[in-house]
Amino acid sequence: MSWLQDMLISPFADFAFMRRALVGCLALALGSAPVGLFLVMRRMSLMGDAMSHAVLPGAAVAYLLAGLSLPAMSLGGFVAGVLVAVLAGLATRYTEVKEDASFAAFYLLSLSLGVLLVSKSGSNVDLMHLLFGSVLAVDDAALLLVAGVATFTLLVLAVIYRPLLLESLDPVFMRAIGARGGIWHMLFLLLVVLNLVAGFQALGTLMSVGLMMLPAIASRLWAASVGGMLLTSFAIAALSGVGGLLLSYHYELPSGPAIILLAGLVYLLSLLFAPQGGLLPRLVRARHFTN
Amino acid sequence: MIELDNLTVSYQRHPAVHHVSGRFAAATATAIFGPNGAGKSTLLKTIMGALKPDSGQVAFKGISRRDLAYLPQQSEIDRSLPVSVIDLVSSGHWRQSGLFGQVRRHHDEASWNALVAVGLEDFATRPISALSSGQFQRVLFARILVQDARLIMLDEPFNAVDARTTQDLLQLVARWQQEGRTVIAVLHDIAQVRSHFPQTLLMAREVIAWGDTAAVLTEERLRQASETAAHWLARAPLCQVDGEGV
Repeated sequence: MSWLQDMLISPFADFAFMRRALVGCLALALGSAPVGLFLVMRRMSLMGDAMSHAVLPGAAVAYLLAGLSLPAMSLGGFVAGVLVAVLAGLATRYTEVKEDASFAAFYLLSLSLGVLLVSKSGSNVDLMHLLFGSVLAVDDAALLLVAGVATFTLLVLAVIYRPLLLESLDPVFMRAIGARGGIWHMLFLLLVVLNLVAGFQALGTLMSVGLMMLPAIASRLWAASVGGMLLTSFAIAALSGVGGLLLSYHYELPSGPAIILLAGLVYLLSLLFAPQGGLLPRLVRARHFTN
Repeated sequence: MIELDNLTVSYQRHPAVHHVSGRFAAATATAIFGPNGAGKSTLLKTIMGALKPDSGQVAFKGISRRDLAYLPQQSEIDRSLPVSVIDLVSSGHWRQSGLFGQVRRHHDEASWNALVAVGLEDFATRPISALSSGQFQRVLFARILVQDARLIMLDEPFNAVDARTTQDLLQLVARWQQEGRTVIAVLHDIAQVRSHFPQTLLMAREVIAWGDTAAVLTEERLRQASETAAHWLARAPLCQVDGEGV
């Protein structure tokens, strides 16, 4: 028992920074997991990745103006992300270019601008921090941001759940009944950007996509309903957060990659063993019914 | 109830629907008939509001645009999503239950009755990915039943559907007419049109004939329709009707 306690409880009981990181991870999981699930259901799995690159120049500009300040960099990242989402959305709506293509175009523009800004003025250390974050250095301001974003995300998703799901399922039907799908889509993209920015300080712009997408993709292999997928993806995200923190504490690993790798491991195991379309359950031939 | 006033809809300036005027008779079923490329689906999409006309307009008279159910030629429904048959049918309640509204018991009953009407009540809790395309078409008809719309537009609803299912679904079309709903359907089977649709719009980009089915579907007019549609010049001269080309 005491061994278990040393492994699982003591790190959090003994150190305030671990407790802070724990709360941060759980809050991130709460917001990111459902957002990631909707990205998967809307066949936009790679969009999260694109958006994570898109926020970079905003954060870089803020860094140039205000130094290493979380509120400024978050705001900058948010503005850049929303700008890319809006421009790509407008391009999709008013030209012949498809959504994934216009997102690719605008995020690449944004990313190259960001790299230019960072390399012109910042040091490599700053860039590394921006890209990969550090969950063990999460302060009160960052914690409030993460918790606030998670709360906002869950509330908004609760309100727009029905139209958002219906629009993912059957966009033509939404158009036919005169319900404007575009509004819910933009609101949802706003949530994507918000959650990426929230994961900024803790996991960095690149790693925060991992907590969003990996649990969501894995959840499809476990649950056969949207509600079940929501719960599963949150459970996987939370488990990866806690487990990743403990791994990083005990084995002195960088926490961000530890968390995401753990989520990735859950995904790989799900591919093999999960009941809804995993590899092994498919090989086991259950007797079929009479009709 | 629906009037088309000199309607032209183009793809890259080549009209698919060309100066079409007329009105769909209310409380009856109109078939839209014509060769491939005659602009039939384009016309439905324009009425539905998904395509913008180059000129002319669609007027809804005595009916709201929202009182419309539309079944596209190829449904864009993502059938890999974990949604059950009854849930998909229930999405037809959208107009009444809205964004925040509760799905009440009478909604559930209506969804169930619709599934019974299309003979798929045993499939209620199965995922939509488990259905054949004919069964799936029945489910989409069940959703139209639930929508309870006064105007129902069907774009080639019986493609890839077997004879038995087609007969069952045609019964629903007949029932809708009896209930005073307006049905507009794009069809390819002339026997179906003659037996189930009192009105026909025969088109080949332009209106060839529009009215009572027996009067519209004559040998000569059908030949005229297929000849009109066959002419398709890559560099057609500008249209001078309405002085548009000036």
